[in-house]
Amino acid sequence: MNETSNNAMRFDLQVISSWIEPGSRVLDLGCGHGDLLYSLQQEKQVQGVGFEADEEKAAFCISRGLSVLHENFNEDVLHYPRNHFDYCVLSQTLQQVYDPDKLILKLLDIGSKIIVSFPNFSHWRVRLQLLLTGVAPKNEHLPYEWYNTPNIRVITIKDFKKFIRTINATILKEVALSSRKHERFGRVIQLLPDWRATYGIFLLEAGKSGS
Amino acid sequence: MTSDPRQYFNFAEGTENLPLDCGSSLGPVTLAYETWGRLNAGQSNAILVLHAFSGDSHVASHDEADLQTNGPGWWETMVGPGKGIDTDKYFVICSNILGSCSGSTGPASINPETGQPYGLDFPMVTIADMVRAQKVLIDHLGISRLYAVTGGSVGGMQVLQWCISYPEMVQAAIPLATTMRHSALCIAFNEVARQAIMTDPKWLQGEYREDDAPELGLAVARMIGHITYLSDEAMHQKFGRRLQEREDLSFRFESDFQVESYLNYQGAKFVHRFDANSLLYITKAADYFDLNEEENAAINRLENVSVKFLVISFTSDWLYPTYQSRELVQALKRNGCDVSFCEIQADCGHDAFLLPDQRLTTLISGFLDGVKKE
Repeated sequence: MNETSNNAMRFDLQVISSWIEPGSRVLDLGCGHGDLLYSLQQEKQVQGVGFEADEEKAAFCISRGLSVLHENFNEDVLHYPRNHFDYCVLSQTLQQVYDPDKLILKLLDIGSKIIVSFPNFSHWRVRLQLLLTGVAPKNEHLPYEWYNTPNIRVITIKDFKKFIRTINATILKEVALSSRKHERFGRVIQLLPDWRATYGIFLLEAGKSGS
Repeated sequence: MTSDPRQYFNFAEGTENLPLDCGSSLGPVTLAYETWGRLNAGQSNAILVLHAFSGDSHVASHDEADLQTNGPGWWETMVGPGKGIDTDKYFVICSNILGSCSGSTGPASINPETGQPYGLDFPMVTIADMVRAQKVLIDHLGISRLYAVTGGSVGGMQVLQWCISYPEMVQAAIPLATTMRHSALCIAFNEVARQAIMTDPKWLQGEYREDDAPELGLAVARMIGHITYLSDEAMHQKFGRRLQEREDLSFRFESDFQVESYLNYQGAKFVHRFDANSLLYITKAADYFDLNEEENAAINRLENVSVKFLVISFTSDWLYPTYQSRELVQALKRNGCDVSFCEIQADCGHDAFLLPDQRLTTLISGFLDGVKKE
């Protein structure tokens, strides 16, 4: 179990960063304050582009030297040539997207590989909360009420893997995580990830392996 | 410092005229310009600021005495020591555009062939012609590559034109509140402004005397312009339906409302500093500007240029609305350019880029810092 706290970056971003080759071209959709892109630019000389819908966050990214577009992204604004990026990253963004399927297909087109992370809605605490209290689950990772949550898509690790089987894509890597303390610390979950992981992270590429 | 902070650069004298897009040429040419800060030893810290249609070279005051004599500059809030464009770090240059009337050659200048003001004999100049003249000035200043070019509105058009005409000379570009091409709406407003001048009996086909200019037409043209720089919200907040120095409606055609009085004042003030023919020429140049023509769009010449772009728009700008900035961003992305984009929440309309705004300041200064890291 590799618990880590080597910097202030969110734990899932640390994992994502470790998957990205130095010098590559990276698109980060929903890049927030740009922590991942900044770290990749500093440590791996990555050429990064971010999309961020929030003005304050986008302005912060630009003023720290990142190339970031203040836009609400969907497949329509991603006007990039095929395989323009080595990696497209959707870190904790997929659950806020209106058309996740179309977006993933678009990303598989403009990126060689895509990395997706999302909160796992089948964590045992979430299941238990719903079972015992009968109200929409709330916790550190899902702190909203049903009426104000930006997380309009409920995704579980199983659901996501099932979806990937139906499209022309292959999972190259997957890791289930349990994170805590403002998501800065975490560990990899090997046993019963569907029940015990708070997050899932996947590395995908277009095409079916072996075909 | 003398009372005139401007310097004057004369070129295209003798046989070498400045070639123009219309097929004609112009000479001699004078550009009035001002500078702030110091050019470093490597000539690598120069920022060229490009002014909007009725602007001039006075971006900011140079010192207290200058502030007293010539007033604050049009971007006083952004340019100066420790400001967003920090003149302790950067050497800032701004020149009055070709065709204007604040020290540079324009229709009010003397035509060497006749000894009289050019009037309508002044050749039609384009945004690209203005940039071509600025390039001669930058060469003259010994600068081979500009750290950044920036400007809003018609200044933003010049920013884009700089990147297209001389991409190797531009490291970073910040076009603000601008567009790749005028919409029919913009052309319409400009045409009404031009008609206001050309139907003024004093216009005389452009051959009016300086002391007997078509001031009424020019004032109306300015009033139209002012309306397009504001927004419904800004006008509502600034004036609402409040009356001007009266308790009741006059039931006459006097200025009842504050907004009327404000526009009249802006119009009357403008005629003292601006030439009517210059307005005709510059609005036409802005209307002709089009980087996105169906065939052979000029914007596509930016394919894979190394310029780092920051495009900025403002939510309440209805003259060059955000969708036009997004089209620009799409075109830059399509051409593989390094582009950032931010739409700033502002309720004061097109003029927002000139008004103090901490987010805009931080955005520009941070972006400029980031350019250096490369």
